[in-house]
Amino acid sequence: MKEVVVLSGKGGTGKTSIAGSFAAVAKNKVMADCDVDAADLHLLLAPSVKEKHEFRSGQVAVINRDKCLQCGLCRGICRFDAILDYKVDPISCEGCAFCSRVCPVAAITMQECQAGEWFIADTKYGPLIDARLGIAQENSGKLVSLVRQQAKVLAEDGGYDWLISDGPPGIGCPVIAALSGVKLALLVTEPTLTGMHDLERILGVCQHFNVPALVCVNKYDINLENTGRIEEYCLNQGVEVAVRIPYDNVVTEALSLGRPVVECSDGMVSREITRLWKKIVEFVG
Amino acid sequence: MIVSVASGKGGTGKTLVATSLALSLKDEHKIQFLDCDVEEPNAHVFMKPVFTESQKVFIPVPSVDEAKCNHCGKCGEVCAFNAVAVTSHKVLVFPELCHGCGACGYLCPQNAITEVANEIGILEVGVAEGIDFVRGKLAIGQVMAPPIIRAVKDIADSNMDTIIDAPPGTSCPVVESIKDSDFCLLVTEPTPFGLNDLALAVATARQLGISCGVILNRAGVGDGAIEEYCRQESMPIMLTIPLDNAIASLYSRGIPLVAGIPAYKISFVELYENILEVVNEGSSSSER
Repeated sequence: MKEVVVLSGKGGTGKTSIAGSFAAVAKNKVMADCDVDAADLHLLLAPSVKEKHEFRSGQVAVINRDKCLQCGLCRGICRFDAILDYKVDPISCEGCAFCSRVCPVAAITMQECQAGEWFIADTKYGPLIDARLGIAQENSGKLVSLVRQQAKVLAEDGGYDWLISDGPPGIGCPVIAALSGVKLALLVTEPTLTGMHDLERILGVCQHFNVPALVCVNKYDINLENTGRIEEYCLNQGVEVAVRIPYDNVVTEALSLGRPVVECSDGMVSREITRLWKKIVEFVG
Repeated sequence: MIVSVASGKGGTGKTLVATSLALSLKDEHKIQFLDCDVEEPNAHVFMKPVFTESQKVFIPVPSVDEAKCNHCGKCGEVCAFNAVAVTSHKVLVFPELCHGCGACGYLCPQNAITEVANEIGILEVGVAEGIDFVRGKLAIGQVMAPPIIRAVKDIADSNMDTIIDAPPGTSCPVVESIKDSDFCLLVTEPTPFGLNDLALAVATARQLGISCGVILNRAGVGDGAIEEYCRQESMPIMLTIPLDNAIASLYSRGIPLVAGIPAYKISFVELYENILEVVNEGSSSSER
């Protein structure tokens, strides 16, 4: 079983539209949505949820006012400014439990957080594992790891050939959780100065973790000069630009229908995405 | 007043809105701009600040003096993040998991733990067209964005009118970026992804008790679902920016919307006045 992840650094470059189309093009695969902050892949794959699980992670401190002597020790040692007027601000609390360990009268307890949910679903394209992080919750990296781990188990037990993950934007905790140890990262960029800037950073992360990368320039025709610069940059970095996908409203139209674009059109966009998947298969080998 | 610009979904136009808002206000107000998208900071592409100061951001991580340590295991036991593991003859520290809470050092019975600085990114301060500009930047390979966002906010002047460019998503980096804001602008696009993620962003802002309004970018496509959602949720749509090749072209070249199409300045000034009105109403009636 081979695992690939779709990333971009910058949000909104087309990760989910491309990953959703891979679901329709690739054979014998499990899909995973690793963007647990704002999971959208389900909007293209019409899943029917088979299993729903709680994701419990992290803790938050609670002060028992009846026991509290108001000595202020907890406030003094908290590095996250989470304690004010002998109360804990659950938003600022990182759940380190330091305060609960130093309180001289054991007035502080730690409560487990219901940090989200994760799902196993069937789609007409095969299984989908995705998740929903609780609103304003922490630990999105841990939920990403959980989604990947569950998807891997499912893929290995079911004899699937591929695990395709739709990754989160950025370069931090959830991205690294989605990236570590995969066979290939597909980096989707766009020919804007911000897209290029963010490509450099996400490629840096791939290189840091020794994950091979392929680049896809989406909406390449909105600025041909920048597309040329991306190709030159990738050449210098020794990274292949696998395909260029043109801008086409058909992507938004397919999205509005809740379907992968490759099913809605046989135009250039669909042909290039199909070719991109073939290149990935060749690359991973 | 602090106005943050956020969105659940990435790439909807946060930076476009935040930079044009700041540039539209700079002649009348003294403005401070904070780029809190420390994983992928981009506002500098449009605002071209001249940086005058740069400092490293550290978090304190434990360092164990093996000569003093008796491998009792206390540090490993108290660490809520599994950043310390104690074997019979060695203590292993995983700096990338450490949140820098300080519990292990404080609670070590042997006083064997001191803290050393682990660099996780940098902070840069400068000026762009008279606007005070601060950005944080997470180092490649580092995981923890929130301490850098806190560092950006700590160095900022909390009394100055401030525009914050927030990261995408709904989890800790977003919360850290927007939590002290007086108002949060949520930028979306008229697609099912935009709608799904807008609803998550609205829930996040509400959880934090922050008033918010919507900016609909790339308007023109779509079936009116965003407008319908906003009506149902009594969310004001405070500005609509059309789907327009001219705007996309300016964006791709790193030109701020108000610099390329100056007529937008009026819209952004009005937007700010409307925000001011909502915030003042909120504070005079104190309860929403």
